[in-house]
Amino acid sequence: MSIQENLKKRILIIDGAMGTMIQRHKLTESDYRGTRFANWPSDVKGNNDLLCITQPAIVAGIHLQYLEAGADIIETNTFSSTSIAMADYDMQDLAYELNVAAAKCAREAITQYKSKHPNATEKYIAGAIGPLNKTLSLSPDVNNPGFRAVTFDEVVMAYTEQIRGLVDGGVDVILIETIFDTLNAKAAIFAIKEYFRKLGKPELPIMISGTITDASGRTLSGQTLEAFYTSVAHAKPLSVGLNCALGAQEMRSHIEELAQIATCYTSAYPNAGLPNAMGEYDEAPHQTAHFIEEWAKNKFVNIVGGCCGTTPDHIKHIADNVKNITPRSLPILDPTI
Amino acid sequence: MSDETIHIKPYLRLAGLEPLVIRPETNFVNVGERTNVTGSKKFARLIKENKYEEALSVARQQVESGAQVIDVNMDDALLEGVKAMTTFLNLMQSEPDISRIPVMIDSSKFEIIEAGLKCVQGKCIVNSISMKEGEAKFIEQAHICKAYGAAVIVMAFDEVGQADTKDRKIEICERAYKILVEQVGFDPQDIIFDPNIFAVATGIEEHSNYAVDFIEATRVIKQKMPLAKVSGGVSNVSFSFRGNEAVREAIHAVFLYHAIKAGMDMGIVNAGQLVVYDEIDPVLRNLCEDVILNKNNDTNQATEALIQYADNIKASGENAGQSSEEANKLKLAWRNDTVEKRLAHSLINGITDFIDEDTEEARLKYSAPLEVIEGPLMAGMNQVGDLFGAGKMFLPQVVKSARVMKKSVAVLTPYIEAEKERLKLVSANPGAKTKGPAKILLATVKGDVHDIGKNIVGVVLGCNGYEIIDIGVMVPADKILAEAVKQDVDIIGLSGLITPSLDEMVHIAKEMKRRGMNIPLMIGGATTSRMHTAVKIAPEYGDGVIHVLDASRSVTVASSLLNKEQKTAFLGNIEKEYVQLKSDFDNKKTVKQSTPYVEALKNKMSIDWSKFEAATPSFTGNQAIEINDLSVLVDYIDWKPFFIAWELHGNFPAILTDEKVGEVASKLFADANALLQTIIKEKWLTAKGAIGFWEASAQGDDVTLNHNGEKTQLHFLRQQAKKAEGQPNFSLADFICPSTENKKDYLGAFAVTIHGIEKHIKAFEDNLDDYNKIILQALADRFAEAFAEYLHAKTRKEFWGYAKEEQLGNEELIKENYVGIRPAPGYPACPDHTEKYTLFNLLEAEKHTGITLTESLAMYPASSVCGWYFANPQSQYFGLGKIQQDQVEDYAKRKNQSLEYITRWLQPVIE
Repeated sequence: MSIQENLKKRILIIDGAMGTMIQRHKLTESDYRGTRFANWPSDVKGNNDLLCITQPAIVAGIHLQYLEAGADIIETNTFSSTSIAMADYDMQDLAYELNVAAAKCAREAITQYKSKHPNATEKYIAGAIGPLNKTLSLSPDVNNPGFRAVTFDEVVMAYTEQIRGLVDGGVDVILIETIFDTLNAKAAIFAIKEYFRKLGKPELPIMISGTITDASGRTLSGQTLEAFYTSVAHAKPLSVGLNCALGAQEMRSHIEELAQIATCYTSAYPNAGLPNAMGEYDEAPHQTAHFIEEWAKNKFVNIVGGCCGTTPDHIKHIADNVKNITPRSLPILDPTI
Repeated sequence: MSDETIHIKPYLRLAGLEPLVIRPETNFVNVGERTNVTGSKKFARLIKENKYEEALSVARQQVESGAQVIDVNMDDALLEGVKAMTTFLNLMQSEPDISRIPVMIDSSKFEIIEAGLKCVQGKCIVNSISMKEGEAKFIEQAHICKAYGAAVIVMAFDEVGQADTKDRKIEICERAYKILVEQVGFDPQDIIFDPNIFAVATGIEEHSNYAVDFIEATRVIKQKMPLAKVSGGVSNVSFSFRGNEAVREAIHAVFLYHAIKAGMDMGIVNAGQLVVYDEIDPVLRNLCEDVILNKNNDTNQATEALIQYADNIKASGENAGQSSEEANKLKLAWRNDTVEKRLAHSLINGITDFIDEDTEEARLKYSAPLEVIEGPLMAGMNQVGDLFGAGKMFLPQVVKSARVMKKSVAVLTPYIEAEKERLKLVSANPGAKTKGPAKILLATVKGDVHDIGKNIVGVVLGCNGYEIIDIGVMVPADKILAEAVKQDVDIIGLSGLITPSLDEMVHIAKEMKRRGMNIPLMIGGATTSRMHTAVKIAPEYGDGVIHVLDASRSVTVASSLLNKEQKTAFLGNIEKEYVQLKSDFDNKKTVKQSTPYVEALKNKMSIDWSKFEAATPSFTGNQAIEINDLSVLVDYIDWKPFFIAWELHGNFPAILTDEKVGEVASKLFADANALLQTIIKEKWLTAKGAIGFWEASAQGDDVTLNHNGEKTQLHFLRQQAKKAEGQPNFSLADFICPSTENKKDYLGAFAVTIHGIEKHIKAFEDNLDDYNKIILQALADRFAEAFAEYLHAKTRKEFWGYAKEEQLGNEELIKENYVGIRPAPGYPACPDHTEKYTLFNLLEAEKHTGITLTESLAMYPASSVCGWYFANPQSQYFGLGKIQQDQVEDYAKRKNQSLEYITRWLQPVIE
């Protein structure tokens, strides 16, 4: 069954944090390197995306835990798998390969899951496209506000390579997530549209997820939620939503607003609360799930899950709590003003 | 739950930082035209001279004048169009007051348009594409615009030429519409037609009907394609009257009046100069009507009449040219207002230049000096309060307003005193008391020395007309309450920053109840919270306890408390809310699971010590370190908390360009840097510190330090929350090698402070300059933190040298991307403040740094920081969370203190 058909019927569950789960493995520098990168000149610990190549079993294992917890959509471990972000580790040339490998890890997890649960519902892989460590709307130099560390064309090129890897690796949808600068997201949309247009293939569905950074209700690049949605609506996405930065409690009013204005499906995967003084997330699974259940009952959402600090336990609670709730139906588009 | 399905209308939706939805009731969208090198000489000159910053002011002026979209055009033969467009739009994006509105990217060259589209995050309008060069190119360009998510203006222009008659205009627009919707897949609402506005009254007869053609074509286009929009460059229509702005604006107004009625949705106009149709001189208006609608014009007589009229007013207006001198005059135009308005202007804009003379003038005008305060000054400050309340002014501006107020009051004070003396002599009843403004007593509680926040609250409340009695820091309960009674205050405000102050506040609340007082109590300061107030303080005192989150809220709270009608309801609501909070809290308590202390101790963080090799510090024991030239610390300053102190929340440096507060933040930053330079140059402040390192070994949660055989015990606490599988219960002791391993390990400590602030604070106070006083206090705090950061870096690389190779930028330092930690006693990883005694003894901190500890274990001077150094690569910050009675008892035993003493100090972390 296609994801579109499924979304008409029920609320779909997207997985939780990858980073939080990787941390639990307490991997060392040499674990990150594996044999292939044993002599790599720079430190690679912390390059979580690299694990898709060096520790595929760990990555697939985490995916599997989320599938077991009830996730319908699992995100590839490719948040930073672009030539631009990988330059931090001098691994820009690996970008394409990382995306293919990540999609394979996700596919492997689904295969394992299906062999255990042959009658399970359809599972989908979302190819995750992160926001980049360089931004198109903001200057990194206070004294030179017109300066940009990267150009639109460079970003489009980097994203195009990532998209090619994800598509070749076999993802089902493309997810542009944690958008804090809308112009970066617009470059990703541009890359997707042009990639499929030039290839002459039908586009994969696009999911878009922005990030409202604080109580101001704006993205880091300064847009209000409605301005953000207006600026990405041309992607004609399958869904638009919010993730990261906020816990469910702080995200509520924003997702409520989005549910009113979005012509497509809506998604929300908040952090496990706000970080405490030590930067840890300590909202318990049942608390997160409780907030999200209320959103579902109020018809704010079609896709829900978790971001930083959430675990399979959170996803399980969320999945259980929204299981029997009818999803938000798509708004009616009036033909006339 | 609502089952109502949402309906969404096909409006044209644009966006800058904020959305712009064009609905039927939007009426008409003004597109600002002055940022166009072909239309504005000034703008063109600035761009050619590379004065982009100044060119931005043209854009800003357009927004301020009401432009809802801003048109940017760089089509000039002498300009590199792509580069100019990119540079200007990138700069514009960093000006939130401009970039809040959508951009119209205007060029006849598509490459310039595309360059522009690559710079703007919002949804733009492309101005324009057309079928001038055939369908294929039109379709390709439309595809590209769509991939960037822009709306497009389609000019009524085809292979044959530009449409001038009504029928041609309609025909071309319909053809373009069909292609865009059916072949390119454009949303109809994203299509905007420009059916060409041409000049009328040119003297050429064929031109006379151009305005009518546009208006009538618009009417038909909107009927046939109701979702599409119609736009146009309005100033073209009056081109024949250039040089005569008054007539041109009248023509525009009349033209728009009719075009909008016909369905025109938007137009490129000089947003600052639009005149209102109804306000045009009726003679001129009628002349314009005839010209625009081509009425009574068979032999060009309407045109002639308007030209005649135009020549007349041009002659009379010849002398009215503007110059930069004029502009300067305009700037100071407010000086010509009444004295009341001038005072208000100075207060709102924080200008002290004229306050003495204006105050004097007002004093002579009013019958008594006090009336000046109660009249114009209070009226001005009320405006400031209203603007602040409405989020239109920010704290640094309010503090400047307060300074102006104080200066003015200082001028009046001698006269008020003289007046009082005179009245005393006359009055038979010197005891008669007239109730002045409401009084609010502010104090930082016993044992606490921090007062930046309290000072800010004092200034803000002072601005709102309250009399502030600030009795300083470290004030014992008895003194606070006695003073409150003696001064007959209306509200008591308590402030505190460190955790023991919370208990002191509870104590004061209990005391107030015991003394039978009924003055409401406001609670504020960094460690206070609504929850703590509700759970611990409010239950102790029945006559009003309110937690106030920040200075801006203190005003509404105070005014609600002092308004007889509101007070009861207000307190009732607060009480209800706090009772609810308390019951939520009580219920929630049982949810969190804990582990017995013995179990938690077993679930310690396991470090593989077998491979462990500690780096040896360059010395053991303690050392003093003093810095006289603070410039070395500047790079270590973390500015974010500085802005938070001013209630400007956001990340640094992003906050400097924040849409709402960017301007204020930049100003504040500039002022802070100016003061910072003076502090450094004139050596106002000295940084004094002490550091030390000792051999260390852990036994459970204790750590034994050994210095030449002399032993000192440190005591740490362990997390007791139930942890997930594989997650340890942390204690700082885990990061020190256990004595059972028989290996050498070390622990360090530091204490730093900033001396010399008092004299300068006093000078600012004498000069009534709260603004700089608070900046100085906040800077001293920043320097203390920067000094701690600096010493930590030196410790890692030199003194202890466990990370000699480290290369970190300031940002990474702030993010704590280094090896090792420096937790402070009293803070989340080790909340027992009393360990500071041990730390101070080890460092001989009082001798080396001059820091003293108050009875609540706050450090004086207030700008001080201390902590432990842990070097183990696996050491990390954590929050202790709540601990259980079993650990409290064990801890008391370990520290050889009474359970009662320990319970008192650990109160905030005991479950």
